[in-house]
Amino acid sequence: MSVLCLVELDAGAPSDASLRALTLARSLGDSSVRTVVFIEAAELTGAALADYGASDVYVIEPSAVDGYAPQAWARVLAGLATETGASAVLAAGTDRGNEVLAHLGALTSLPMAANCTIVTPDEGKTHRLVRHRWAGLLLEEAVMEAPVALFTVATDAVAPVPAQTPSALQVHLHKPELADGDLRVRAVESPAGAGGASLATARVVVGGGRGVGGPDGFGPLEELAGLLGGVVGVSRVVTSEGWRPHKQQVGQTGTKITPELYLACGISGAIQLIAGCAGAKHIIAINTDPGAPILAHADYAVIGDLHQVIPALVRALRSR
Amino acid sequence: MEILVCVKRVPTVGGKIAVTPDGQEVDTRTSGFSVSPHEECAVEEAVQITERLGGTVSVLTLGPEAAIEQLRDALALGAHRAVLLETDGREFGPIATAAAIAAEVRAHPCDLVLLGNEAADTGDYQVGIRLAHQLGWPVATGIKNLTVSSEGVVARREYRGVEEAYSLPLPAVVTVKEGINLPRYPSLPGRLRAKRAAVERSAPAWAAEGLRKQALRVPVGSRHQATVLGHGPDAVPELVRILAEIGVLS
Repeated sequence: MSVLCLVELDAGAPSDASLRALTLARSLGDSSVRTVVFIEAAELTGAALADYGASDVYVIEPSAVDGYAPQAWARVLAGLATETGASAVLAAGTDRGNEVLAHLGALTSLPMAANCTIVTPDEGKTHRLVRHRWAGLLLEEAVMEAPVALFTVATDAVAPVPAQTPSALQVHLHKPELADGDLRVRAVESPAGAGGASLATARVVVGGGRGVGGPDGFGPLEELAGLLGGVVGVSRVVTSEGWRPHKQQVGQTGTKITPELYLACGISGAIQLIAGCAGAKHIIAINTDPGAPILAHADYAVIGDLHQVIPALVRALRSR
Repeated sequence: MEILVCVKRVPTVGGKIAVTPDGQEVDTRTSGFSVSPHEECAVEEAVQITERLGGTVSVLTLGPEAAIEQLRDALALGAHRAVLLETDGREFGPIATAAAIAAEVRAHPCDLVLLGNEAADTGDYQVGIRLAHQLGWPVATGIKNLTVSSEGVVARREYRGVEEAYSLPLPAVVTVKEGINLPRYPSLPGRLRAKRAAVERSAPAWAAEGLRKQALRVPVGSRHQATVLGHGPDAVPELVRILAEIGVLS
C-alpha cells in the first residue's frame, strides 16, 4: 500500500507546511509515500522530497495544468490515487491544501478530515485520528472509515522531521486526464502587498492589541519588529476597530503564525487570538494586567505599560 | 440578485474553552452563542450587494431551534428572509450539511450562496465546496474581496504574498473570510423588524458519515503561568537577556 501527498512548492522546493504533511504521511507506515507537484520539471528541487522519505514524485507540468485550479488539482489526485492504489491522500492544512482535498472529497464522495495532528491506521479501512477543532483550541479524537482516507495536516502542530535515511526518489512526468469544467475556476495571480504571507512565515512577530490605544500607536512596535527582523501582527480588536488592515491579524479568523518568538504587547489573550499564536515557539507578554489570560499562555511576561517598556527595549537594543 | 447566506450557531468563547464531562460538546454553561466573524462578514457582504444591485438576502442555518436567535441577528443587519433547517440535536457532518443546503437551494433558487470559509467550531473547510459540487456550480473559497455584477463575480484572496483572482459565472458559491468588510451594527428598527419576522422551517434528514467524532479534549499543557521578568522599563535588561537566550538577537 502507498499514500499520496500533495506537495506545495516555494521556489521549486517543498513548502514548510508540506514538509509537515510529508512527516505525517510517513508516520502512516505504508510502504511508500508518493508525492504530487505542479511545476515545470526542470524547476523542481527534489532533494527535500527524498530527505523526507518520498519514494516517487509525479510532476504535473503547466502544459497539463497551468497554474492553480483547485478542481483540476483534485482531479489529478483522484486519478493518481486510483492508479497507485493509495490508502490515503494527504495535503498540508493550508488554504490550498484544504481546498483541494475538499474538492477531492466532493468528486469522490469520500469524507475528508481537515487539520489532523495524528493519524494511526487501524483495522480494515479505518484510521484513528486527532484533529483540530476551534482552530486548535480543542482536539477532536475521531475515526475515519473510508476506502481512501483524505487528510490535511495542521500547519502549526506537526513538526517537520526528515526521514532517518533519504529515499531514492523516482521522478515521473504525469499527464493527467481532466474532466469538463475542471479548469473553469482558476487563479489569476498578481503580486500583492506585503502582509499576510510574511506574517505566516516570520521568525519574530511583535503583536499589538487594544493596549496600543489607537491607529497612531504602532510606530514603536514597527521599530521593534524591524530591530528583531520580524513583522507586526495584531489582535482582532485592532482590525475590527480599523486601526490596522485585516491582513495583519493573528488569530482564528486571521493568520496562524509559527515564529520563534511572539511578543504580545497590550493583548489580553482572548481565545480567538490564542488559536493563531499557539504554534509560536516562545511567547512573551507585555501587559499592565498580571491577571490577563495571555499570561496563561506566555512563557515570560513583563508587567507594565507597553508605551514605556517598548521604547526602553528599543533603546537597549540600539545601544548593544 | 438573490443571495443565500449560510450561518452556524456556535458558542461565544472568550478567555477559555472547556469541554463537557462526557467529552462530546463545548461546555456552554457560561457562554452565549453567536456566528463566526467570517459569517458576520458574509451577511454584511450580501446586504451590501443587494443595496447596490437590488434583490433579497435569505439567511439559512442548520441547527437546533435555538439557532433562530442567529437568524434574527442576521435579519436585524438587513437580511430579508430566514430559513431554519432544524436538527434533532445530532451533529450533522459536512456531507449531510451540504446536502441539506443544496435541497434548500433547489427549492428556492438563488444567484449566489455565501458561506464563511470554515465553521468556527468544527473547522471542516468543505461545506461550501461540497455544496457547489452538488449544485454543479463554480466555487471560490477564502475570499476577501468580491465584485459582483449581473454577469458574474470576481473573487480575490491572498495566498503567500500573491493575490489570486477568480472569475466565476453565476450562479456560484463563494466562501468568505473576515476582513472582506467591516460589518455594521444592527439598527433599532432592524432589531424590531427581525423580532417580528417569520422563520421558514424544515427538518432535513441526518445521515451517518465516514468521519466520526469520538471525543473532544483541551490540548494538554496548553495553559501554564508565565514567569514574570519584572515590572515596567526596569525589566528591560532581563527581557534582553531572554531575547538573546531564545536566539532572536542578531
